[in-house]
Amino acid sequence: MVFLQKLIFAVYPYIALTVFVVGSWIRYDAEQYTWKTDSTQLLSKSNMVLASNFFHIGILSIFGGHFAGLVLPHGLWLSLGVTDMQHQWLAIMAGSVFGLMCLIGGAILWARRMFNQRVRASSRYSDIFILSWLMVTLILGLSTLPVSVGHANHGDPAVMLALSAWVQSILTLNPQPELLDAVDPIFKAHMFFGMTVFLVFPFTRLVHVLTAPLNYLGRSYQIVRAKRTA
Amino acid sequence: MKIRAQFAMVFNLDKCIGCHTCSVTCKNIWTNRKGVEYAWFNNVESKPGIGYPKDWENQEKWLGGWTKENGKLELKAGGKLKKIVQIFANPNLPQIDDYYEPFTYDHARLQNAPLSEAAPTARPISLITGQKMDKINWGPNWEDDLAGEFDKRSKDQNFSNMEKEMYKQFENTFHLYLPRICNHCINPACVASCPSGALYKREEDGIVLADQDRCRGWRMCISGCPYKKVFFNWESSKAEKCIGCYPRVESGLPTVCSESCVGRIRYNGIILYDADKILDAASTDREQDLYKAHLDLFVDPFDPKIIEQAQKDGIPMSWIEAAQKSPIYKMAVEWKIAFPLHPEFRTLPMIWYVPPLSPVQSQIDQKKLPTESDGVIPKAEAMRLPVKYLANLLTAGKEDYIVSALNRLIAMRSYMRSIHVEGKPDTRPLVAAGITEDTAKSMYRYLAIANYEDRFVIPTAHQEMQIEDYHGFQGQNGFTFGNDSSAGISMHSLFPERRKETIEPREPAPFADGSDY
Repeated sequence: MVFLQKLIFAVYPYIALTVFVVGSWIRYDAEQYTWKTDSTQLLSKSNMVLASNFFHIGILSIFGGHFAGLVLPHGLWLSLGVTDMQHQWLAIMAGSVFGLMCLIGGAILWARRMFNQRVRASSRYSDIFILSWLMVTLILGLSTLPVSVGHANHGDPAVMLALSAWVQSILTLNPQPELLDAVDPIFKAHMFFGMTVFLVFPFTRLVHVLTAPLNYLGRSYQIVRAKRTA
Repeated sequence: MKIRAQFAMVFNLDKCIGCHTCSVTCKNIWTNRKGVEYAWFNNVESKPGIGYPKDWENQEKWLGGWTKENGKLELKAGGKLKKIVQIFANPNLPQIDDYYEPFTYDHARLQNAPLSEAAPTARPISLITGQKMDKINWGPNWEDDLAGEFDKRSKDQNFSNMEKEMYKQFENTFHLYLPRICNHCINPACVASCPSGALYKREEDGIVLADQDRCRGWRMCISGCPYKKVFFNWESSKAEKCIGCYPRVESGLPTVCSESCVGRIRYNGIILYDADKILDAASTDREQDLYKAHLDLFVDPFDPKIIEQAQKDGIPMSWIEAAQKSPIYKMAVEWKIAFPLHPEFRTLPMIWYVPPLSPVQSQIDQKKLPTESDGVIPKAEAMRLPVKYLANLLTAGKEDYIVSALNRLIAMRSYMRSIHVEGKPDTRPLVAAGITEDTAKSMYRYLAIANYEDRFVIPTAHQEMQIEDYHGFQGQNGFTFGNDSSAGISMHSLFPERRKETIEPREPAPFADGSDY
């Protein structure tokens, strides 16, 4: 059991992050052509405005929330005057709202991908796999909410602090899987699924998030390309 | 002033017979792949009709092109921030059914069906799902030759400000073919809409291209183009569009749609324009003044000052000479008989159209039409093709320009008829239309005879001076499902295919007579 704990929460995170970084880099480098959204909106437009917006806004906000709550140093929040209990309630609230959004949007998208003939026919296995995997991860994440609410009702932020400490132990190259000893199993299941998203990221369409075209905002409208003379 | 050269075309609608040879040759070369079965870089529409994709001219529905917002030019679908907000789901994107669901037929069934009393049928099969389709509801040219009920065709936007009911009657029916390709606009809305900067205009000839490697499939160009001439390849998730047959054009050959046109209606050539005036021209206040502003962008290729500036801006002398001989310049600028398609979209399109008058000719000959006092030129309002309709199509509704062009075309015919039929030239119609005998003869040569060398004046590209890297271009494949459209060199590349670009100093060899061109 200790071995498994070590493997999943001390070794696996590094494998996942390494594959995430190196894999994405290699794909960007060598397979520019494959770096795309693979949108299917042309094939079926109905409900897409609701579903796609809910899913994307939900999942990006959830990512932002995880980053703010787990990666940013604990001291930063304290110095901003956010107590641990406020932090936990904020996480529960934001997680519920955006998680639910993502769940609604994602469920419509998943049903569309599975049962809309056109979308199904133009899907790769990886498209179906990654959407399903994200949905399972999301549902596991939402399932942690009742547990968190239970802890919060008892005024006990210990699990949240343990999770944050563990993430920072990983990122500071000092893995301490023992921090998770007291953490409920549902969190661990969610974490395993979440880390796996990073592992498979470079091999799926998810890469398109890395080239979110924010530079468009600062660009001039027209682009003229001149061939270079030497 | 900054002079740029633009590869442009004129389509003489007077001679288009709607044979679709252009569409078929184009399809065979450029869109015969999975994911673009439904896409026609070139298509020929029967007008009046709602066209392909359905109702493409209705910008209140699709929000393509540009508009004026608080006195400033802005994309009609909204600015950059709005585009980013809408990136998860583009509300203005057409669905494939707005074009049509691509299909083939179960032809094998005709051979392997068991013996039966009724003849076997080849049922349609969707090329997307592979499933049998119950019924084909729409196709690439559903309204061909005015097929279908008038009520449906009359949803045509060009009818929007007309009393269209009278054209329902058989004796008032009118019809024209409208061949359409990418307009390679001077102010392209597709380029402006692309969040990843994949679409671009080539500096040397103005052809608008979609970089297959840079394109991420954000699909804003599809809805941004008011002509709906950028297509989404649903297999590759990339934007694809007419490439102006640039590999042919660079070698001095006409585009394949032009080359194969049996009616000789297509003209290819170069036109010079002042790139510093683009924004002002596209921002013209009144929509009906846009045609004039567009015309004013073009510069006189015979003016020594223009020639000097053009050379300073890197345009080779052979291109300036081609601009002087350009059929585009003659028809658009000198004779003013060609017009841009829907100038009110503010993209400054560069495929121009000579309005058709053919259906009226027999009526003139039979003296059924009320004419002007010379007894030759029919009154503009008496023409079978409503001038208002043509004006809605080509000049944002301003009829004067169209009437003037039609009068010139008729005057030229009348004048040539007097020479060939009556044996003595009658210049009265020319005077009325405000053209000289020389102009009329020239128009006859270009429009009626339409010799190959007059239609196509295409200077070869000076690739020896311009190409980025010869060796990088080896093995490029154009449209493929892979990385074959790049040279394999990138500034940030971890594993470049080659170590570095080959840049050789290139000076043009001196000419034997010592001239510099």
